[in-house]
Amino acid sequence: MNKHLLSVDDLAVGDVEALFDTAAEMHDVQHRSVKKLPALRGRTVVNLFFEDSTRTRSSFEIAGKWLSADVINVSAKGSSVSKGESLRDTVLTVAAMGVDGLVIRHGASGAAQQVSQWTDAVVINAGDGMHEHPTQALLDAYTIQRRLGTLEDKHVVIVGDLTHSRVFRSNVLLLAKLGARVTVVAPPTLMPAGVTAWSKDAGFETTYDLDEVLPHADAVMMLRVQRERMSGGFFPSAREYTVGYGLTRDRLGVLKPGAPICHPGPMNRGLEIAADAADAAQSAVLDQVSAGVAIRMSVLYHLLAGEGSAS
Amino acid sequence: MSALVIKGASVLGDGGSDVYVENGHLVAEAPTGARVVDADGLVALPGLVDLHTHLREPGREDAETVLSGSQAAALGGFTAVLAMANTSPVTDTAEAAERVLDLGRTAGLVDVQPVGAVTKGLAGQELAELGLMARSRAKVRVFSDDGRCVHDPRVMRRALEYVRAFGGVVSQHSQDPDLAGPTACCHEGELSGRLGLPGWPGVAEEVIVARDVMLARHTNSRVHVAHVSTAGSVEVIRWAKSRGIDVTAEVTPHHLLLTTDLLSGYDPVFKVNPPLRPAEDVAALRDALADGTIDAVATDHAPHARHDKEHAFVDAAFGMLGLETALSVVSDVMVTSGAMTWADVARVMSQNPARIAGLDGHGGTLAVGQPANITLVDPAAVVVVDRADSASLSRNNPWHERKLTGAVVATVLRGTPTVLNGALA
Repeated sequence: MNKHLLSVDDLAVGDVEALFDTAAEMHDVQHRSVKKLPALRGRTVVNLFFEDSTRTRSSFEIAGKWLSADVINVSAKGSSVSKGESLRDTVLTVAAMGVDGLVIRHGASGAAQQVSQWTDAVVINAGDGMHEHPTQALLDAYTIQRRLGTLEDKHVVIVGDLTHSRVFRSNVLLLAKLGARVTVVAPPTLMPAGVTAWSKDAGFETTYDLDEVLPHADAVMMLRVQRERMSGGFFPSAREYTVGYGLTRDRLGVLKPGAPICHPGPMNRGLEIAADAADAAQSAVLDQVSAGVAIRMSVLYHLLAGEGSAS
Repeated sequence: MSALVIKGASVLGDGGSDVYVENGHLVAEAPTGARVVDADGLVALPGLVDLHTHLREPGREDAETVLSGSQAAALGGFTAVLAMANTSPVTDTAEAAERVLDLGRTAGLVDVQPVGAVTKGLAGQELAELGLMARSRAKVRVFSDDGRCVHDPRVMRRALEYVRAFGGVVSQHSQDPDLAGPTACCHEGELSGRLGLPGWPGVAEEVIVARDVMLARHTNSRVHVAHVSTAGSVEVIRWAKSRGIDVTAEVTPHHLLLTTDLLSGYDPVFKVNPPLRPAEDVAALRDALADGTIDAVATDHAPHARHDKEHAFVDAAFGMLGLETALSVVSDVMVTSGAMTWADVARVMSQNPARIAGLDGHGGTLAVGQPANITLVDPAAVVVVDRADSASLSRNNPWHERKLTGAVVATVLRGTPTVLNGALA
C-alpha cells in the first residue's frame, strides 16, 4: 500500500480487498460494548480541516480513538490566503508538533497531494475540493458490496451534481477498479468538462436520462445538489431538477427491490431524494455512516500501525 | 562609451561578418582601440524587445525590482522591456509612469518603457489619464489593464477611440470573466474535469478577441492581443488581418511549449493566466507565429515570492518567470525545428515588438547608422535551466531542469555591453 491515501489511484485492487477485510473486523468491534483496540496507542493523528465538516471529521475522530490513537482536531477554516499564511507554512507548523498522521480536508482540489510533498507524516485525504474523497468511495463500495455480495458486473448509477462532486470522482474510479459497471447521470450543465473523452478512457457511461437507466440499476447513488448552484445558472429551479433528476416516490417504484440507495449526506430531502426513498427499507444511508467508521479505522490501521516506532 | 568589434558574427543568421560599434552606433569601419568580442559561430540579432514584463516595483519589491528584472532582461538578451501597469500603486498617472521610467534609467541595463493602465486602478470603469501619460516624459503609447480584461465594451470602445489622438494602442488581456467562475485557474477541458479544478474555456478568450477586432474596425483604431493562447483566437486574428483590421498579437514562450497536462500534479509553478492549453492549441500558436498571424513573442515574465505560490492550487498566484529563458525557448521550439530562421526571430522578438510599442532606436536591422542594440546568440549551446541560477528575485520557474538549445551570450545596449559570456558585464 502507498504511504499516503490521496486518491483512489493510490490503491491497487489487492489494497482495497485488504482494507475491506480489515474493515469487516472493525465493523464487528463497533458492536462490542468495549470498542477500544490498542493498535495505534502512542500514535498521534491530527484532523486538519480547512473546511467545515461534521460527519467526516467525527467519523475519523471516532475511528482514531477506537484504535487508541491520540486524535486532535485542528480547524483551519478560512483560507490560509486571507490569513496571510501559506498552506505550506500551516502544514509545517502542525506537522512540527510531532504528528504521525494528517487527515486533511480542504476546499481546494489537489491540496492533500501538495501537503504530502511537504511533510513526512502519513497524509490521508478527507476531501480536497471537487477532486477526491477516497474514504467516502471506499465506504460506499464496501456498503454496496456487503448488500449485493459482490461488485463484479453490478450496475451502479450515480446521479447529481457531477461537476462539483469529489464523491463522484472517487467513486467512479473505485467502482470501475472493482469491476462494476457505472453510469453517471446529470443535466449537461452539471457534467464535468471533457467528460465524454474521460468516460471513454476510464470505462464509465454517461446519460442525461435518469429514467432510461434507473430500472436496470443494481445500486443507485444520489449526490447532494447545492441550492446555490441555481444562482450559477446550472439549472433553472429546484422543482425542475427534482422532476428530471430526483429519486422521487415514482422512481422508487421502478427501482429493483434489492437495489441499495446510497447518499453521502447531508441529504436535501425533497430535492435530490424523496423522504420515501431516504427512509425506504432498501436505503443504505445509515449503513454508509457506520461503514464509514469501520473503513476509516481500517485505513488508519493499514497506513499507521506498521509505520515508525510505536508498534 | 566603448568601441566594439564583434568578430565573425552571423548577422541575423545570414552569414559571417564583423560588426563595428562606436559612440553607441553601428559604424562601417573598424574603430581604433576597440574592444574585440569573438562572435565566431554566434548569431547577431537586433536587441530583443519584450512587450510584456511584470517588474513588480513599486509594491512587491520582495518578488522583483526594476533592477533585478532589468538584470534578468539583459541576461535574456533584451535591450528594452515594457513594464506592465499592475503594480501597487498602479501605473495609471503620468507621475507613476515617470517613476518607472526613472527606476529603469537608474538601473541602466535595458530601456524600461512603462505601460499605462487603460482604466483607473485597473477597475475597468473609468479611463485612466491616457493623454497625460502619453505627454509625460515616459511617452506612454501602450495601455493595458493586463491581469484583467477590459470587459465593459463601452470602456473598450472609448479607449480605442481615445488613443488614436496620440498613436497609442490598447493591449488587451482577452478573457471574459463571465464565462468562468471567479476561481478559474486552468484550462477547462478533460483534465480540469478529472482534477476537479475550475477552468476557463478557450471561448472565454476567443469571444473577447472577436469583439475587440470588430471594435478596432469600428473605431479605426489599433488593438494588440496580449498572450494569445488558443487556436480559436488565432483563427479570429487571421481573419481580422485578412480584412485589413489593425490588430497585432503576441504569444508567450510558455504557450509555445508547455501544455495543460503539466497540471496533473497540482504544482502551482504551472499556474498562469491565460492558462496552459492542450497540444492542439500549442501547435496552432507555433504555426501562427511562423506565418506572421502572431506578430511577436512576449514573455509575460511574472515573478512571485515563494510563499505566494505555496498555497493550494486555486489560491496560488498566477504567473511564471520568462525573461531569461525566452530566447532559448524560441530557439529550441521554432529555429531548431526549422519552422523559423534567425531573421524571423529578429522580426518577432525585436522588430515587430519595437514597432508595436513605438519604441525608437530598437528593433533595427543592424545596419550602419542605427543605435547599437545587439544580442549575440549561440544557436548550438545546450542549456539545462536551473531555477537557482537566475537574476530574478523569484524562483517560480517552469523551465527548471529543462534542456533547451540556443542561448544568449552577449547583450549590447547603445554600444555598451550589459552581458558578456552569458554573465552581467
